[in-house]
Amino acid sequence: MRFGEEHQELRTAVRSLLARHEGAAAWGPLTRQIGAAGLAVPEEHGGAGCGPVEVHVVMEELGRALAPVPYLGSAVLATQALLAAGDTGLLPALAEGRTTGALAWAENGSWRPEAVRARAVCGADGWRITGVKDHVLDGADADVLLVAARTETGLALFHVPSGAAGVEREAHTTMDLTRPQATLRFDGTEARAVGADGDRVLAHVRDLACTALAAEQVGAAERCLELTVAHVRDRVQFGRPVGSFQAVKHRLADAFVRVESARSAALGASWAAADGSPDLSRYAAVAKSACSEAFSAVAGDMIQLHGGIGITWEHDAHRYFKRAHGSAQLFGSPAGHRDRIAEVLVGPRGAGAERPA
Amino acid sequence: MSSTEKFRSEFRTWLRSGLTGEFAALKGRGGPGREHEAFAERLAWERHMAAAGWTCIGWPQEYGGRGATLEEQVAFHEEYALADAPARVGHIGEQLLGPTLIAFGTDGQRDRFLPGIRSVEELWCQGYSEPDAGSDLANVRTRAERDADGWSVTGQKIWTSLAHESQWCFLVARTGPGTHRHEGLSYLLVPMDQPGVEVRPITQLTGTSEFNEVFFDAARTGADNVVGEPGDGWRVAMATLGFERGVSTLGQQVGFRRELEELIALARRNGAAGDPLIRDRLARAWTGLEIIRFNALRMLDGAAAGAPGPEASISKIYWATWHRELGELAMDVCGADGMLADGAPYDLGDWQRLFLFSRADTIYAGSNEIQRNIIAERVLGLPKEARA
Ligand SMILES: Cc1cc2nc3c(=O)[nH]c(=O)nc-3n(C[C@H](O)[C@H](O)[C@H](O)COP(=O)(O)OP(=O)(O)OC[C@H]3O[C@@H](n4cnc5c(N)ncnc54)[C@H](O)[C@@H]3O)c2cc1C
Repeated sequence: MRFGEEHQELRTAVRSLLARHEGAAAWGPLTRQIGAAGLAVPEEHGGAGCGPVEVHVVMEELGRALAPVPYLGSAVLATQALLAAGDTGLLPALAEGRTTGALAWAENGSWRPEAVRARAVCGADGWRITGVKDHVLDGADADVLLVAARTETGLALFHVPSGAAGVEREAHTTMDLTRPQATLRFDGTEARAVGADGDRVLAHVRDLACTALAAEQVGAAERCLELTVAHVRDRVQFGRPVGSFQAVKHRLADAFVRVESARSAALGASWAAADGSPDLSRYAAVAKSACSEAFSAVAGDMIQLHGGIGITWEHDAHRYFKRAHGSAQLFGSPAGHRDRIAEVLVGPRGAGAERPA
Repeated sequence: MSSTEKFRSEFRTWLRSGLTGEFAALKGRGGPGREHEAFAERLAWERHMAAAGWTCIGWPQEYGGRGATLEEQVAFHEEYALADAPARVGHIGEQLLGPTLIAFGTDGQRDRFLPGIRSVEELWCQGYSEPDAGSDLANVRTRAERDADGWSVTGQKIWTSLAHESQWCFLVARTGPGTHRHEGLSYLLVPMDQPGVEVRPITQLTGTSEFNEVFFDAARTGADNVVGEPGDGWRVAMATLGFERGVSTLGQQVGFRRELEELIALARRNGAAGDPLIRDRLARAWTGLEIIRFNALRMLDGAAAGAPGPEASISKIYWATWHRELGELAMDVCGADGMLADGAPYDLGDWQRLFLFSRADTIYAGSNEIQRNIIAERVLGLPKEARA
């Protein structure tokens, strides 16, 4: 689980680009100069032919900067869904960053494939989709809409062409302003089937999404820790830097253990994804739950240890805190992922005999 | 097959044929909090391992080891735990003193002591802690004076693991008058079997005893038995602590995994698994276990793999806390049954012992608080604590 020189170069390139181009303006240069959107797309479909480890590096950097770019929604979710489904026609434009994609997947606040109720019916003029999708990342603006829906034979993935009638997009104000979400309503909307094996596709996309998001959480948590350490070294109270008080030092040492252990979990998942490991699901659940909790805790410490400054809109602390909350819930909560682990480890819920109280 | 895999399979094959017959009953015996179990038999087993060349495998070949790579050493520890082989008895000599002598000892010291460690003929204990020198190790009071035919050691050590089974002790003592803190300490090798050494077992919270008070009253050791220069003992002692936090902990997650799997099986049997909170904690424990393994793999992959730096503190804090929480979870899985011991005289079950003894994990080999100080000051660069 060691990064090579080429990964360090990628990291440096992304970091300096994000320093030069703030906010959403980074997306153009990221895709054109670094080819970020196509990193994990095979060369024959217009990408760089890299994989999860490179995605990990990019996500860590995006997390550090809280960059509000559609990388996760488009380059990870939509792109990987198409790759998993084996439908490659849309990939070159996505890989190049000429178009962005969105995967309309969650319903009623759940990303579990079982939760999908949207229906797809095949009539004389092709497929039509009806249903409501929540929390669609970049869903208000994406050019390429991919939708998971249930057919008579099971879960499947569809492409809704741009300009199709019967799509309503409602952009939300998100607590974390750096990660736009939309609700999409489909009402007999014309669609094209891109893959029938929806359970497998969604399960795989979820693993990759959790893995990528875990890397982002590590990057962001690391940045919180850096900024906080810098602050407590400078800030003087009682005639000495507050960072010389053991109550503060120990809290930051614990934060460091959390961040580094979260990084171990995220790297474990990224490497498992890169190796095509059959255990990826497990590692992704470990990474998502551990990194969510680590980031939330460290972002909370950041506010606390900045004192009054930490409570202001001016300072970045709240942006990390909000991102931490949002990404902990995205793709399923830490407890939800542990529940998936318990399912395998302990057995189905409710199966254990009741124990007298 | 990679060379590590070849090594692994060679050791596995040997273990499978070795842990039979008279040794079969030793499976799962010993370990922290249970060092008293079948000690003589475990010693015999370890000598059997030595005879086959399976002790001190990480040492260079010229000193009787196999020069095993770090990966091979991890594989060794994993296979050992997977086979449920009994807890080692010679680990203090093998993992702490051996590497120290290889790094700092004289040829004479290496010739005299390494073979006995490798063959497990001589067991060692670590005499660092004193009543007034625990976390503050530089406060050592034990004195050693040089006279015509060697050193004379006087003072008290405490919490000395396995001192009652050991033939030798490596210790830090003050040499020369007027020495202060880290200065003027020497690292000495002292034989235990002599009139000037008294070992008093300390009964632990489990009711058993594996560490001791050790009293030195003009105890003798030879002029040659100082490691490094006299007065330079602090540097040597710190190096030993580095070894303590190193490779040997990398294989331990296999044993942890076994404990967790047995706990899950118990939760299923007694119905605790039906409790959603217990399910969540079991899954959380399992998540932590994966992280322990990935932390270890990263330590191996890291540039500092040969000599773990302050980053080793991450591993120590993480696994020690994890294990302590496993002990607490075990008691919640046991429920009301956990209140009762198996019988007199204070015969605790495995889960009770885990619960009680895992409290030690966050204390020995540098307490969690001390590890936090190391991280805060040496890794995060926060200002140093004012020290006396
Ligand atoms: C099972 C077991 C086996 C052991 N085996 C050996 C052995 O073989 N040989 C040997 O030499 N020693 C051994 N020890 C001793 C062990 O190394 C010490 O117990 C340990 O270093 C703590 O020292 P102490 O007990 O004096 O506690 P103290 O140092 O008195 O600490 C008491 C509490 O204060 C905290 N504390 C102390 N200083 C600081 C600080 N600067 N900042 C914040 N908190 C602080 C500690 O973390 C602890 O919580 C063993 C201990 C145990 C539990």
